[in-house]
Amino acid sequence: PTVDCLDLCQMLTAEPVFQASKYGSLWPLPQKVQISEVSFKLSSASFRIVDAKASSAGPSCSLLQSAYRRYYEYMFGSAKKQWGSKNNRRSDPSDLTELQVWITSPDSECDGYPSVTSDESCEYLLFLVHVMFYRSLETFSQLVSEDEYGAKSINATIINDFPRFQHRGILLDSSRHFLPIKVILSNLETMAMNKINVFHWHIVDEQSFPYLSRTFPQLSEQGAYHPYTHVYTPADVKMVIEFARLRGIRVVPEFDTPGHTQSWGKGQKDLLTPCYSGSKPSGSFGPVNPILNTTYDFMAKFFTEISTVFPDGYIHLGGDEVDFTCWKSNPDIQKFMEQQHFGEDYSKLESFYIQKLLDIVASTKKGYLVWQEVFDNGVKLKPDTVVHVWIGGRSDKEMSNVTAAGYTTILSAPWYLDYISYGQDWQKYYKVEPLNFEGTDEQKKLVIGGEACLWGEYVDATNLTPRLWPRASAVAERLWSAKNVTDIDDAFNRLSLHRCRMVERGIPAEPLFSSYCLHEYKGV
Amino acid sequence: MSVVTSGRYTFPNYNLVFFIFLQLGLHSVEGVWPLPQSITSSPERYPLNPQAFYFTYGSQSAAQEGCSVLDEAFKRYFSLIFPDYSSGYGFLRFSVDKPFTVQVSVGRNDCDSYPDEDSSEQYTLSVSAGQAYLKAETVWGALRGLETFSQLVYQEDFGSYYVNKTEIEDFPRFQFRGILLDTSRHYLPVQAILKTLDAMAFSKFNVFHWHIVDDPSFPYQSRTFPDLSAKGAFHPMTHIYTQLDVRRVISYARMRGIRVLPEFDSPGHTQSWGKGQSDLLTPCYSGSTPSGTFGPVNPILPSTYKFMATLFKEVSSVFPDSYIHLGGDEVNFSCWKSNPDVRAFMLKMGFGADFTKLEAYYMENIVNLTAALNRTSIVWQDVFDYHERIPKDTVLHIWKGVPASYEAELRAITKAGYRVLLAAPWYINHISYGQDWRNYYTVQPLNFSGTEEQKKLVIGGEVCMWGEYVDATNLTPRLWPRASAAAERLWSDEKQTSDVDKAFPRLKDFRCELLRYFSFSDNAHGIPITHHRTLFYEVCLTYTDASVSLRLQAGYPGRASLCRTLQTRVPRCLIITDHVTFLSI
Repeated sequence: PTVDCLDLCQMLTAEPVFQASKYGSLWPLPQKVQISEVSFKLSSASFRIVDAKASSAGPSCSLLQSAYRRYYEYMFGSAKKQWGSKNNRRSDPSDLTELQVWITSPDSECDGYPSVTSDESCEYLLFLVHVMFYRSLETFSQLVSEDEYGAKSINATIINDFPRFQHRGILLDSSRHFLPIKVILSNLETMAMNKINVFHWHIVDEQSFPYLSRTFPQLSEQGAYHPYTHVYTPADVKMVIEFARLRGIRVVPEFDTPGHTQSWGKGQKDLLTPCYSGSKPSGSFGPVNPILNTTYDFMAKFFTEISTVFPDGYIHLGGDEVDFTCWKSNPDIQKFMEQQHFGEDYSKLESFYIQKLLDIVASTKKGYLVWQEVFDNGVKLKPDTVVHVWIGGRSDKEMSNVTAAGYTTILSAPWYLDYISYGQDWQKYYKVEPLNFEGTDEQKKLVIGGEACLWGEYVDATNLTPRLWPRASAVAERLWSAKNVTDIDDAFNRLSLHRCRMVERGIPAEPLFSSYCLHEYKGV
Repeated sequence: MSVVTSGRYTFPNYNLVFFIFLQLGLHSVEGVWPLPQSITSSPERYPLNPQAFYFTYGSQSAAQEGCSVLDEAFKRYFSLIFPDYSSGYGFLRFSVDKPFTVQVSVGRNDCDSYPDEDSSEQYTLSVSAGQAYLKAETVWGALRGLETFSQLVYQEDFGSYYVNKTEIEDFPRFQFRGILLDTSRHYLPVQAILKTLDAMAFSKFNVFHWHIVDDPSFPYQSRTFPDLSAKGAFHPMTHIYTQLDVRRVISYARMRGIRVLPEFDSPGHTQSWGKGQSDLLTPCYSGSTPSGTFGPVNPILPSTYKFMATLFKEVSSVFPDSYIHLGGDEVNFSCWKSNPDVRAFMLKMGFGADFTKLEAYYMENIVNLTAALNRTSIVWQDVFDYHERIPKDTVLHIWKGVPASYEAELRAITKAGYRVLLAAPWYINHISYGQDWRNYYTVQPLNFSGTEEQKKLVIGGEVCMWGEYVDATNLTPRLWPRASAAAERLWSDEKQTSDVDKAFPRLKDFRCELLRYFSFSDNAHGIPITHHRTLFYEVCLTYTDASVSLRLQAGYPGRASLCRTLQTRVPRCLIITDHVTFLSI
């Protein structure tokens, strides 16, 4: 007897029953879809993904070529499985034999990194396919269906698609628990399946400092859980960035200061503020010490390294949850407060620090994201700063304030996926409307997207993937699809299939409700 | 950069290989989970060398070589104790150690039997120089002792293994320590069940309650009624348990001293049964015509009881355990009420309008059927709540409510003289943010007012993992180590284990041990390798003045294992850039 059965048995027939959506398993739903009844067969022997003649990308575009192979394998299984069918089967007239990919913009961006301004829109008709970026390959693979005998087919379809928001992110926290590279990569793969385009790498925090810095190797030597096994070497970081690039995903690193920095202090002497107990240092440390020049020298060197290691145009600088008690206890800081005429207002000291940090980072030609407290405390921000709203309760008010002040913003408050509860909580994430706040149209345009956050207190490689997916898929559709895509039943039907597709592709995405997948998870 | 799935190196010039073992942290000799009833250990320790380590049977032991359960267990535990050695990667030794023998003696030769409700699991373990003595009454007790011994062994620098001088006397507090898996709401591949059985043995659980069928699907392939799964399973070929699958689960469980308790829940929770067995379910009416939907099992037809008798006869021949779970929970009366034939039957039987009497009538018939098959029935508490005439040897299974209400239920059921099993506080499918294992740990199963005799009627407890939101993708991390909290409550002495904060570091260590077990047991048992078991190679191109040299660095899962990650790297390999090959095996 399961407790929810108490109500369910009252309405057995009303149990959420899976029904096919007219959009099949498309997720997130494209902006415009027309699926006709006309169906074409797909055969692994004859089907090819090719560059259209007019495409600005050619065979030298390794990004697309590897994507073609990846999606071919998703659609037909790995090439290994196909050895048996390696024949010269003549293609039938009803076969679909080619997907032409046409990159229409003059610059295919093949060798570049996806950026905030990358155009992810695409439009395609079957047979004649225009693609402006590679999102559409995912969509195409989702249109392929399989009948009982394993035969693949696809309906004639016209899709015109583009994302509603340009910043569609997922935050993973590799400080509270170390995440092996393999887990990060397989989640990047899954992000691509969900058209998520930003990996927000909350790489360090209080608990550990796994980032191996070239300039300050002692940070991870002293601050990581283990100096060899629990670190991200420059090679690891490069691998993550490249793996993400090949999937059209930006990697935005976060180095959160001045709070959340206990692990930094282990490898960098005098960086953190010594706390006092009465007139003596207590031996414990607080946030970054904002009154020393050495702090800023360190930050300048450190962020110079970061700005070269991470190619993205943005760095996340954190700035959240600064605890003032340690600063208050420290006589040198008290003196400094007096000199600067800050009175008793320690948020002014925080602003002082952040201001200097922002200037340092701005000099590296990077843009920055900051958590909402930085804005709340009135720090002077560059106009292109992205304010990251995370505090729940009145996040609509905050969105309203941030955009009224003219800053761009991303929303995370309703999407803290580390908070788990019993039942179908994906619906809660799905029902969020990011623009649901008071403001002008101009203000709404400043909302560039959102992020699902999976903080790491209770998450490591053992449970990360099923906890993230398909719950984050709900956020992915909210951020990609049109505002009016809100039919929760249709979403359930499509998401059920989408989740099974992820399972079939080897991703342990957890179930929505009692049900089955044709191909269950084999990784046990 | 490339990501490849097989090891192809075309680089001309490389030298390898670094194996670096790292030892972190200190081993706590109190690392045994669940905590034994009595344990004393000293700092004196003995090195163990896998090449000079033996399991033997004591000369007085009733079981000797050829005892399937123990022979298999020796193999299994050898790999668990020496994962590096068994996984075949160059185990490095720096000294030749003296041999160490674990001598196992059991009082009874029950090697070819199944564990049962009154199997003793008591054992004593004495570890001294060169020798450990493990004594138990039964092979099942010996299995528990082997598990404990394996948890006492730890590894230090350069991979050396040690065990401390230790004396243990141990026995379970409760005889029934179960885990329920639900294979109807989602189908669980056999592999997922076997993996769970492994993990159960690590936490000394001894009953696998297999909630095998329910409303959503009927995956059990019946010999007598093959249509039940042909029509009632999610898929008739891929989402079923064949007779062979079931036998495999039972024998895998037996080898680990775990009973398999099947549940065929009726008369409610049977929608999937109706698909393959016509006239089994009650046709619901809308006004004076059948609505086309069906309710619980139809209790008024003789054909129903004939079917059930045949089915349970089969079940009792397939499942050797002396218990069968008959369900009996959550019966919805609205369909019965709507059906004119059922109403006529009620009249005839003099039940008035009290449908609980009809339900009681049905359950009584089913319980009698299984009694005739020499099986003890377990039923959910609902049956007790509405019915007073159940046979005295029936076991009631409490699943509802907050502590106050299950404590009242414990009192009432034991007062009426029935044996009882507690599951209510361990509905582990209900998840929430934070360390909810603490709630499972602090349950006090005997905290109800009653006599000593009444308390003895509490035969144990069960962790339930209902399947609405659980399948093979998330079962394992959702179950472990949360279920282990309940395992200690059911095995260990409550006074010694009342402090949840003291349990925390032990459970943390045990979780890391579980990860180690999973990674190595996968290999040891030929189970497909999972993401836990990963080899990392990192190819680094180092540009020096004149030449390009290539280093292949390898990390592999040493005993200092997963919580400490599987990779070993030299951080100075920094000039890497062009070629990074990432392999997963």
